Amino acid sequence: MRPLRPLLVLGLALVAASAAAVQPDEVMKDPALEARARTLSAELRCMVCQNQSIDDSDASLARDIRLLIRERIAKGDSNAAVRDFLVSRYGNFILLKPPLELSTLLLWASGPLTLALAGLGVYLARRRAPASAPPLSAEEEKRLAEIAGGDAHA
Amino acid sequence: MIVEIGHFALILAFALALIQTLAPFIGARRGDTRLMGVGSSAALGQFVFVAAAFAALAWAHLTSDFSVLNVAENSHSAVPAIYKFSGVWGNHEGSMLLWSLILATFGAAVALFGRSLPMRLRADALAVQGLIGAAFLAFILLTSNPFERLWPAPFEGRDLNPVLQDPGLAIHPPLLYLGYVGFSIVFSFAAAALIEGRIDAAWARYVRPFALGAWCFLTLGIAMGSYWAYYTLGWGGFWFWDPVENASLMPWLAGTAFVHSVAVMEKRDALKVWSIFLAILAFSFSLLGTFLVRSGVLTSVHAFASDPRRGVFILVILALFIAGSLALFAWRAPTLRQGGLFAPISREGALVLNNLLLTTVAAIVFFGTLYPLALEQLTGEKITVGAPFFNITAGTLLLAVAFVMPFGFSMAWKRGDFLGVAQRLTIALAAGVVVFVALIAITKGGPVLAPIAAALAIFAMLGALTEVAARIWRRGASLATVGSRAMGLPLSFWGGALAHFGFGLALLGLASTGFGAETIAAMKAGGAQQVGPYEIVLDSIDRRTGPNYQETAAKMTVRRDGAFVATVEPARRRFASREMSTTQAGILTLNFGQIYVSIGDPADDGTVATRLYWKPLVTFIWLGACAMALGGALSLADRRLRFGAPARAKGASAATAPAAS
Repeated sequence: MRPLRPLLVLGLALVAASAAAVQPDEVMKDPALEARARTLSAELRCMVCQNQSIDDSDASLARDIRLLIRERIAKGDSNAAVRDFLVSRYGNFILLKPPLELSTLLLWASGPLTLALAGLGVYLARRRAPASAPPLSAEEEKRLAEIAGGDAHA
Repeated sequence: MIVEIGHFALILAFALALIQTLAPFIGARRGDTRLMGVGSSAALGQFVFVAAAFAALAWAHLTSDFSVLNVAENSHSAVPAIYKFSGVWGNHEGSMLLWSLILATFGAAVALFGRSLPMRLRADALAVQGLIGAAFLAFILLTSNPFERLWPAPFEGRDLNPVLQDPGLAIHPPLLYLGYVGFSIVFSFAAAALIEGRIDAAWARYVRPFALGAWCFLTLGIAMGSYWAYYTLGWGGFWFWDPVENASLMPWLAGTAFVHSVAVMEKRDALKVWSIFLAILAFSFSLLGTFLVRSGVLTSVHAFASDPRRGVFILVILALFIAGSLALFAWRAPTLRQGGLFAPISREGALVLNNLLLTTVAAIVFFGTLYPLALEQLTGEKITVGAPFFNITAGTLLLAVAFVMPFGFSMAWKRGDFLGVAQRLTIALAAGVVVFVALIAITKGGPVLAPIAAALAIFAMLGALTEVAARIWRRGASLATVGSRAMGLPLSFWGGALAHFGFGLALLGLASTGFGAETIAAMKAGGAQQVGPYEIVLDSIDRRTGPNYQETAAKMTVRRDGAFVATVEPARRRFASREMSTTQAGILTLNFGQIYVSIGDPADDGTVATRLYWKPLVTFIWLGACAMALGGALSLADRRLRFGAPARAKGASAATAPAAS
């Protein structure tokens, strides 16, 4: 298969060749355990694909990790334990939702920070803007007096 | 020969773009009307020559002229004609040419329909538009020439990527580009206003049609792309928070904020500086998206480093326009006169809140998309920012938008009555709460996010309807009165109501994905599987031959409680020329929900891996997006708000009469 660069036009690239991700033979017998495996695999990146979870990918590495997850769940590991194990092996790169650490602080703070800054901007702009119509300038006062004065004489 | 003419036309278009930049700009500074007039002619000329270049490339593709490198690499003589044509933009060079063609089209539209605009504003806007055109035409000519010849010419092309051999390719990129590039006009007008140092409600009226048009196209383009992904990828996913998708979402968010703030500007002469900023932001995001997609930086930072010519070129264009416009903004914006006072609780106030939320979502998407790239460059640490991150952060804020939306739509200008509005929305709010409680009761301990989203969707939809009812219905009013009141409401109001209703509808579709069913099984002919309330029987597996592919199709029957419902036929296509397979999902729409079936390649023993889904109300996602776009189009059709359109005096007086009675 050729590299899929032209596909990037369309936003479809990553997922091009995918036909079936989770295969029937992978599915665990216990539906509760299988549901846990699915939840976990939706949070994990297929590391040879682009931004695709292992739940969606048909790459062989994704299949290996899906089977690994199921193996560990069957052994009685908790979700957190499976996740920790995979992070120790592959690093944070495998997590689709990066953990909150010093290096990702700005990423997680981007939303609240933008909202706060923009809110502050709105507050300042409102404070700076006059609350009511600005007072008349000396020239306008004079002109007003002229008009009013003219009226009074008429 | 025709190909060379196309190449030559493109060079001429570049020269005209330069003239379009210089002549009207200098003319506007000197007050020379003849020189300013040159801008319009150059814009029309640029359009004609880019169109000629595009036609030449299209001709090469349609006639399968494999002596052209672009055609040889991306086409095949056996491909159906429609894919030969859409294949023109199914590759890097061709898609940049389409980009430039649409850019030139918008420039020509200003030249043609902008005769009633103030001379200097039009001249400056055309100059900026010309500069953008010149930059991208230079990019094509210097780094991405689609007219390059190949000698000796091969007997056969390498084929268009099979995934792209779909009607989606014919529709999705042009729509998306019309939206993306449409914001260039808004940008050009913003830059022109900054150069002039003057902006008023009339400016808002000039750009409104362009902004709304671009927004409609972008909305449709994103929705179309999402549906395309949904039906081709084989597991029913429709949005992946992929960088390429994010690249189109960011201009959409900024553009949505802009069409709202420009409405405030037009009616109340407020939020001027902010609107200008959003106009710059929307197109900057479009340029950023182009850079992300076109430079290859996403595929791999290393691929970008090894062949950086294109990437660096777009990066320079990006930096030039974004930095240039922001510098212009910082310099000139403080001189713009503030206007239009309003209380915090008012329609303007609600729209400011809407703008804050939307721009924050855009900022999150921006950070989420670029953070991994930046972090890897700075520290070497590799992280992934994927769907779970965006769902929590951006998703939550979009739910907040859905909650605030009905309040803003019902609020009066200048000073609103919050209690009155809340009272009016009681029914909508109550309906949302009822839906939430009912869904929680049904799913018992399932995830709460989907019920919350569904409740907010109901609230948003009923909120839009409530405002319509409040405008046309009074206790004891006759049907005729209600009808004439409805006729009397401006189209822009109906457009707004429909777009808000559509947003709620799309949200309801998204929420309902939480209530679907999925079955993954190995099936044999005669076997049956249950998915949701439906039973699906695999009748037979057939092999067929298409024009340029081999197809394995599974005939399936859908039953409910033993009764026949319909048949569905998922397939796998194998394209020999590229040794690739694609999935043709079998999709059956039932009451706005869909049964979605995809199959893998059959095994030797006749079993086939099958994925079956029941997705209730899933079509609402795209119907909602269509409703939003239609709402935008209705608003666009409102003659009152069009500059230079003759007013319908008779219609206007008829409209006010019932309101007065």
